[in-house]
Amino acid sequence: MKMEKIVEVQFSEQELQTIEKLKSRYLKPDSVILEVLYLLQEKYGYITREGMKYAADLLGISEEHVLGVVTFYTMFNTKPVGKYHLQVCTNVSCMLKGAYELLKKLESELNIKKGETTSDGLFTISEVECLGSCGTAPVIQVNQDYYENLNEEKLLQLINELRNK
Amino acid sequence: MSIKILLKDIPDYHKIEIYRQHGGYENIRKALQKTPEEIIEEVKKSGLRGRGGACFPTGLKWSFMPKDKNIPKFLCVNGDESEPGSFKDRQIFEFNPHQLIEGILISAYAIGAQTSYIYIRGEYAKWIRLMQKALDDAYEAGFVGEKMKETFGTDFYTNIYIHRGAGAYICGEESALMNSIEGKRGYPRVKPPFPAQYGLWGYPTTINNVETIANIPAIIQNGGEWFASIGEPKHPGTLLFGVSGHVNKPGVYELPTGTLLTDIIYKYAGGVPGNKKIKCVIPGGTSMPPIRGDQIEGLKMDAESLKQVGSAIGTGGIIVMDEDTDLVKVLARITKFYWHESCGQCTPCREGTGWMLKILNRILDGRGTSKDLDLLIDVANNIEGHTICALGDAAAWPVKYMIERFRDEFEARVNRSIKIEIPNKVHSMRRTQVPLKEIKINKD
Repeated sequence: MKMEKIVEVQFSEQELQTIEKLKSRYLKPDSVILEVLYLLQEKYGYITREGMKYAADLLGISEEHVLGVVTFYTMFNTKPVGKYHLQVCTNVSCMLKGAYELLKKLESELNIKKGETTSDGLFTISEVECLGSCGTAPVIQVNQDYYENLNEEKLLQLINELRNK
Repeated sequence: MSIKILLKDIPDYHKIEIYRQHGGYENIRKALQKTPEEIIEEVKKSGLRGRGGACFPTGLKWSFMPKDKNIPKFLCVNGDESEPGSFKDRQIFEFNPHQLIEGILISAYAIGAQTSYIYIRGEYAKWIRLMQKALDDAYEAGFVGEKMKETFGTDFYTNIYIHRGAGAYICGEESALMNSIEGKRGYPRVKPPFPAQYGLWGYPTTINNVETIANIPAIIQNGGEWFASIGEPKHPGTLLFGVSGHVNKPGVYELPTGTLLTDIIYKYAGGVPGNKKIKCVIPGGTSMPPIRGDQIEGLKMDAESLKQVGSAIGTGGIIVMDEDTDLVKVLARITKFYWHESCGQCTPCREGTGWMLKILNRILDGRGTSKDLDLLIDVANNIEGHTICALGDAAAWPVKYMIERFRDEFEARVNRSIKIEIPNKVHSMRRTQVPLKEIKINKD
């Protein structure tokens, strides 16, 4: 996990080109802000104040606007997260299928609470809202990937697999 | 044998060559030979109503778009799909993306949009990839973008881009969705002006649900009258019913409107595990008023029939709860969702959802009183209709109707009287049993 403070934020030439290309899709260039933020998060793990300033300068908008956007959307992390971000959906359909039991199991297995990161920086647990997998509930999203139709056994297996990766 | 328009039983239908083998991208060719007005008329004739929850007639919505050809116009396709219980659009992204693309082309032609955006929620990384692949293939084949001119021999062309969200339920609201595309926070806008007058960057815009648009090629192919003859006349076509919760075979089932709810649950979704009774059903995603298990007999699934039992079809996301379900817990969870997703613009919703959650948590903790139930309804009534967008109503309805329809269950969870803890022990002791001199004061 990148715990050290990120001071220098800089996109590579290629990344800047990607952003430029995306800009042409919109009437106004600041529409690409979500993509810029995704890129920052992908590159640095989370979005720092420096990152927000960089995005603001890149798009010619105010830092406050960027801050507003970053904090509005739940998928942007303003704090470091573990290598594997375990996002447990606990909304109704998942809850009916035992999502809270899974969450508890996960917390006891990793010995952290939701919102926390393991000391080795491997796992972060988050409770999230409906992921649109109600028919294959319960579901956990690990970084970008969905793991559906889970039960305790499958969950522990998944955690072990991730540990040994 | 029921009709399948969106999720056909054809293997590999998501691939462009298979889609073309079955007449794919011929409907846009056919559409381009007609005038936009004729297409709008055809869609009006079909009786197609929006699949995003509001059931607004699609043809009518399109006819609101100004005819001026010299200004930019936009089409937004809403694939935000964040309504709890709803998981239908991802089926289209995964199994029938080209029909969606063709639908976008026809719709964009009908309203005169040069640019179309498919807004897909950020969590759907896999489905964004799948959709992007289909889009790339369509571009390459010359069906989308400037190449359309060559392919179809017309002046019209439209570009289609995927815009991914970043985790906000409210962005499924049409004006919030536009703000999100503009790179802002997803705050809903005050209406009027409606998007057809003042939409993306202030230009005329139409927003339709993914499922709505995916129906369009079939309407062009077979005609509006054909579509209007499927299912219930007032709400024709098929719907993608997503069944989840306590059923044996959860999943998405494409069925004509007006299919019996009991058929969906027992015939298609395999009934309730352990043959338990059904206590409660949410018929169209958590925003819609829940209905009692004893109301579902003979209930048809379409906009008008559900209105009669005091609910709504919403997105067709059916959540089934068996007799052992703790409805207080369910309602608290639903309310937590709206509290979390409230954008914070309107006070009644921002504050009210939090209050309702606090009260419900109090009841869950066993500290609720019967007054709390009336208080919940009061708060809900003060949210409903007092906000810019429908999220306020969506938060209020489950609370209001769940308590109204399951009052006994909620009454059983609250106390007639509560024990009030004495806040200041020393003070109370002084006045009651313990003589003052016996109270030891620790001087350290």
